[in-house]
Amino acid sequence: MIGSIPPAFILLFGAILIPFLKNRTLRNGYILLLPVVSLINIIGLPPGVESWVWSFLGHKIILGRVDALSLPFGYIFSLAALIGAIYSLQGRSDEHVAAMLYGGSALGAVFAGDFLSLFVFWEIMAFAAAYLVWAGRTPASYQAGLRYLLVHLFGGLCLLIGIVIHVQETGSVAFNAVGLSGLSSYLILTGFGINAAFPLLHAWLPDAYPEASATGTVFLSAFTTKTAVYVLARAFAGADLLIWIGAAMVAFPIFYAVIENNLRRVLSYSLINQVGFMVVGVGIGTELALNGTVAHAFSHILYKALLFMSMGAVLQQTGKINATDLGGLYRTMPLTTIFCIIGAASISGVPLFSGFISKAMVISAAGIGQLGFIWFILIFASAGVFHHSGIKIPFFAFFGHDSGLRPKEAPLNMLIAMGIAAFFCIAIGIFPGYLYSILPYPVDYVPYTAAHVVDQLQLLFFSALAFTLLILSGIYPAEMRCVNLDADWFYRKGAKAFMSLLNNPLAKAGAALSRLVFDLIPRGLLQFSRDPVSSIRITSESILSHLSHSPARQAYLSDEIKRARENYPHNLKKHWTVAPTATWIVLLLLVYLIIYYFF
Amino acid sequence: MAIDKKQDGRAKKEYLFDKPANVKRLLWTLYSCLIGLILIDLFIAKHPYFPWEEYPSFYAAYGFVSCVLLVLAAKYILRKMVKRREDYYDR
Repeated sequence: MIGSIPPAFILLFGAILIPFLKNRTLRNGYILLLPVVSLINIIGLPPGVESWVWSFLGHKIILGRVDALSLPFGYIFSLAALIGAIYSLQGRSDEHVAAMLYGGSALGAVFAGDFLSLFVFWEIMAFAAAYLVWAGRTPASYQAGLRYLLVHLFGGLCLLIGIVIHVQETGSVAFNAVGLSGLSSYLILTGFGINAAFPLLHAWLPDAYPEASATGTVFLSAFTTKTAVYVLARAFAGADLLIWIGAAMVAFPIFYAVIENNLRRVLSYSLINQVGFMVVGVGIGTELALNGTVAHAFSHILYKALLFMSMGAVLQQTGKINATDLGGLYRTMPLTTIFCIIGAASISGVPLFSGFISKAMVISAAGIGQLGFIWFILIFASAGVFHHSGIKIPFFAFFGHDSGLRPKEAPLNMLIAMGIAAFFCIAIGIFPGYLYSILPYPVDYVPYTAAHVVDQLQLLFFSALAFTLLILSGIYPAEMRCVNLDADWFYRKGAKAFMSLLNNPLAKAGAALSRLVFDLIPRGLLQFSRDPVSSIRITSESILSHLSHSPARQAYLSDEIKRARENYPHNLKKHWTVAPTATWIVLLLLVYLIIYYFF
Repeated sequence: MAIDKKQDGRAKKEYLFDKPANVKRLLWTLYSCLIGLILIDLFIAKHPYFPWEEYPSFYAAYGFVSCVLLVLAAKYILRKMVKRREDYYDR
């Protein structure tokens, strides 16, 4: 019966069957059915109820904590899985399995009411997502996927240690508000923060997402960061620190996005920027701010998926994704162009598009809280995001200089997926009431006032003017084939430095140590025990000859050493006769007896 | 399926922005919108959170200035600091 299955299980266990469906039509139908059933199942869940509660080692495991905060994420994750499935319908079965496991575990994390099941779903997400990065099937994506996995396993470990300490402190595995106090909370925050791409912990995102397959990135853009936003809202709502972290996330990526050449990497940086708005909302923590966070996560998943889908279509049809290689594609890919522009308008917050009605809630919350500095950064970032995602992406891919490429329009299933996402972007923008009605708190916010619309249009149009003038005057930075260093430098170059430290100085020191312990010392002892007098003489003369600077003396000493070496084993008898040996043994025994009696 | 036949010397299909006049038209639309927005701004009742929001066309000025600064900072500061050869990590 629908409504009686834990939300995660439909996608998680449904995915197992995909590889066994050899008939293409049957397989595709089944893949589309999974997220639809998941969505219907979640719509049927009774809000405010904890379902699927088990007792495990004396702790309560809750797979279905259904409330006003988890439900919107449940809806949008199922919808994102559906749109992604349509978009990637022509893809390989293994990618579909990974995508469904990924979406299912994200749903599991969102509806988890306890830390243990949250952690399990968290880890499944990391592996499924790494698989989608590997699905890019290039050497670069193989390496980026490995780095992705290592970073997320590290984040998972931080989370796990934090959870263990937290459970020790509170005696309960329940996953509720944690608040920032004590080591455990900061470890949990670090674990969440790696998935949310906090500044300096963010580099995995622009590293891995552009290397995934054209279809894989669509899923990647939806789940990991937004699950992190959800758990932050659940555990750390109102933590002031998050306002500042969010403000940094909002601001710094837009500078990178301006100079980045790979258009999917531009979108990755703008993803961090958009998640920054949500983190600020969590940090402010008022009802309006949290509503804004959830609403923005909802609309963000749709328009960011739309933008990644349009760039994925470009990548698939042309094999290129760098701005230096693209341009002028509107001629033969008009529908993709239109969908991309709709996504661009939504992310920029153009009135009548989804970003306008959601981002504004967070900015208003900052205004009501009189956070002037934060407000300035958020407005700056709103202008900046229009600049690089709103204009740069469509301009360099579809307009700009004519690259001479005349690719075919994207295949029908991709166009349908983009069409659905575009429809929701516009529908949410025009009729915000539906989105507002599913938010955690009652909404008393009117996005469409004359002042707000005009202010926002001024901001956007004058940003467009700045772009136009900079392009026309030639000041706008030309796109270049290059690598822009980011925080991943520390572990990418750091790992290399570590390995060369291991391979060179440390390996040499280790070899020297083993020579000393296993070769020089035993041999020296052996020689000493055979003939102490000449071995001491050889050693001391060797040392003296090393220390001496005069060549004549060195020559004399080396002669002496040579002579001593020649004589070395033969003169054993001269010193080592039976009588003194017996005397020595008696003396040693005597010493032993004295020690034994008196100590 | 439009194929660029320029190399063959045959007729080349004309697209929307291949005509410079259309690009000009687009730019003029933009400029007139800008003027229109500045004018409308004078007649609109505001409900600001901060005093500076009440200045006429505050958002226009802030948007323009911040975008120019953004691009200049990215080009002349950030790029100088972080730009490396494309094979930087492979060597």
